[in-house]
Amino acid sequence: MSVIEYFIKNIGLILKLTIEHIEITLIAVAISTVIGVAIGIFITRHQRAAGAIIGIAGILYTIPSLALFGILIPFIGIGLKPTLIALILYSQLALIRNTFVGIIHIDPSIREAGKGMGMSNWQFLRMVEIPVALPVIMAGIRTAAVMNIGTATIAAYIGAGGLGWLIFRGIASVNSDQIIAGAVPVILLAVGVDYLFILLERALTPAGLRN
Amino acid sequence: MSHVIIKFDGVSKVFPEGTRAVDDVSFEIFDGECITFVGPSGCGKTTTVKLLNRLVEPTGGHIYLNDQDTAQTDVIALRRSIGYVIQDVGLFPHMTVSQNIALVPRLQGWPERKRNERTEELLHLVGLEPAAFRNRYPNQLSGGQKQRVGVARGLAADPPVILMDEPFGALDPITRAQLQDEFLRLRRRLKKVILFVTHDMDEAIKLGDRIAVMRNGKIVQFDTPRKILREPADPFVRDMVGREGGIKLMKLLRIADIMDPADGMTIPADRLSEAERRMAESGKDILLVVDKEGRFQGTISYEQVMRGGRSGDVALLDRALPPAETTDEVGHTLEAMLRNKRVWLPVVGEDQKLRGVVTMTNFACFFTAGDAPSGGTS
Ligand SMILES: Nc1ncnc2c1ncn2[C@@H]1O[C@H](COP(=O)(O)OP(=O)(O)O)[C@@H](O)[C@H]1O
Ligand SMILES: [Mg+2]
Repeated sequence: MSVIEYFIKNIGLILKLTIEHIEITLIAVAISTVIGVAIGIFITRHQRAAGAIIGIAGILYTIPSLALFGILIPFIGIGLKPTLIALILYSQLALIRNTFVGIIHIDPSIREAGKGMGMSNWQFLRMVEIPVALPVIMAGIRTAAVMNIGTATIAAYIGAGGLGWLIFRGIASVNSDQIIAGAVPVILLAVGVDYLFILLERALTPAGLRN
Repeated sequence: MSHVIIKFDGVSKVFPEGTRAVDDVSFEIFDGECITFVGPSGCGKTTTVKLLNRLVEPTGGHIYLNDQDTAQTDVIALRRSIGYVIQDVGLFPHMTVSQNIALVPRLQGWPERKRNERTEELLHLVGLEPAAFRNRYPNQLSGGQKQRVGVARGLAADPPVILMDEPFGALDPITRAQLQDEFLRLRRRLKKVILFVTHDMDEAIKLGDRIAVMRNGKIVQFDTPRKILREPADPFVRDMVGREGGIKLMKLLRIADIMDPADGMTIPADRLSEAERRMAESGKDILLVVDKEGRFQGTISYEQVMRGGRSGDVALLDRALPPAETTDEVGHTLEAMLRNKRVWLPVVGEDQKLRGVVTMTNFACFFTAGDAPSGGTS
């Protein structure tokens, strides 16, 4: 099996690219989460803006990634920077929407009780809204993370590095071993991260909200 | 003692789209009172009580809590000084029973030990065994248990005023009656001002010191349950009371409320020789005999006196008659009289001293008074 041979021979490189891939994804998810959750919370407070903002995030989400890179490159060049920006933009729909939905679907009687008891806006957000909406927000982060792993693969095309680099190199040199050596870790990464987040979601669901 | 705690002065609320939910309402609530707000759905009960904790801001008038205009009070501090209990309870699903109860104390920075002590105390108070309930989550409680926790949470920081918006409205009739009884028991222990919303007149009568009957954003009558039952201000209130107004009133009133005082009808046991003269003076042909302490001994009739009891040496009638007590429920006494075929009974106080008599005429008057409004509330 030549693939396995390739794998063993290039294990150092593959590991390095895998770590790079994880790094790109991690940074993108971290920044997206901060931005997306903040915007999501903001539009629960300004619900008239919610439709427009979720709409914009939806449009961004539909732009094909190569087209988005094409727009970004003339302004900020190639490499990690346009990649992160693209990943962050793509993540916004899942994060904003899940944060928004998770919070506004909290039972109105809970909201009224909290307000009536004299909780400030901030206290209610911190002590009730975020913990109760956390499972839904986590599901948004999971969607964003898995998607970012995929999009980061394509971003190798514009010099972001990561496992996509192997795949593109393999395509260019018609080396199927190299393609597979890039593709399999990407797939494992995506499936693994998805599973990890499912576990995390479960762990972070408050006991009173589990069935 | 009974000074004004809450005052609504010409308060109105018109919602932005034009609904006049509360329409120029004025009233005062005194220390220790429980006021029930009753009326059909949509008449403005909820809006009225929410105006007090400023979940709704008035569009007209002023509201005072302890002489302070609530509009000038910090809204968070205001709400923390007013317990709030609602029909849907609104327990925080991710917090345990004790975390729910201790929330306001926590917001107010009580140390943990004091919070825990308070939680235990409140769980006992609302009839939930702390060991079994403190670590449960709301989704592990029945409807009645949830509302008990809701009440405990409302009481947690010992607020002087409590708003309860149909707290028992979603419960089955048995749990509901049980919680009403416990509410009454609790009320005797904790002297608080309570504003209690209900759409059920029976509940309003049972729990309220005074009742505010509302219609179309206005308070059409603000009176004691007795007054509402006996003198409904208009046909609407009479309708709310329902056809069994007399029966409801009977549960509410005590014998002391309907009896005749014993003035001029008593004679000390050692003065029976004066019986004839006393009968002539008072125009009664029966006298109630009392001992030196004023306790009921029996009766003496005109016939007995005529038949040679002038010497005072007569066997008294009705010696073994069990008298009614001033605190007896009217209905209970009526039933006892009907069963024993009595047309009257002596009434004694807790000290067994004679206070008056209750006759079938008293019952008849009471029922007819309940039917005919006698000139409103003024
Ligand atoms: N937030 C609101 N916005 C607009 N209208 C409201 C609002 N809350 C209540 N209303 C209206 O005000 C009236 C009184 O409502 P409410 O005080 O809830 O009545 P009740 O508690 O007696 O059933 C109703 O007509 C209701 O539709
Ligand atoms: Mg209501």
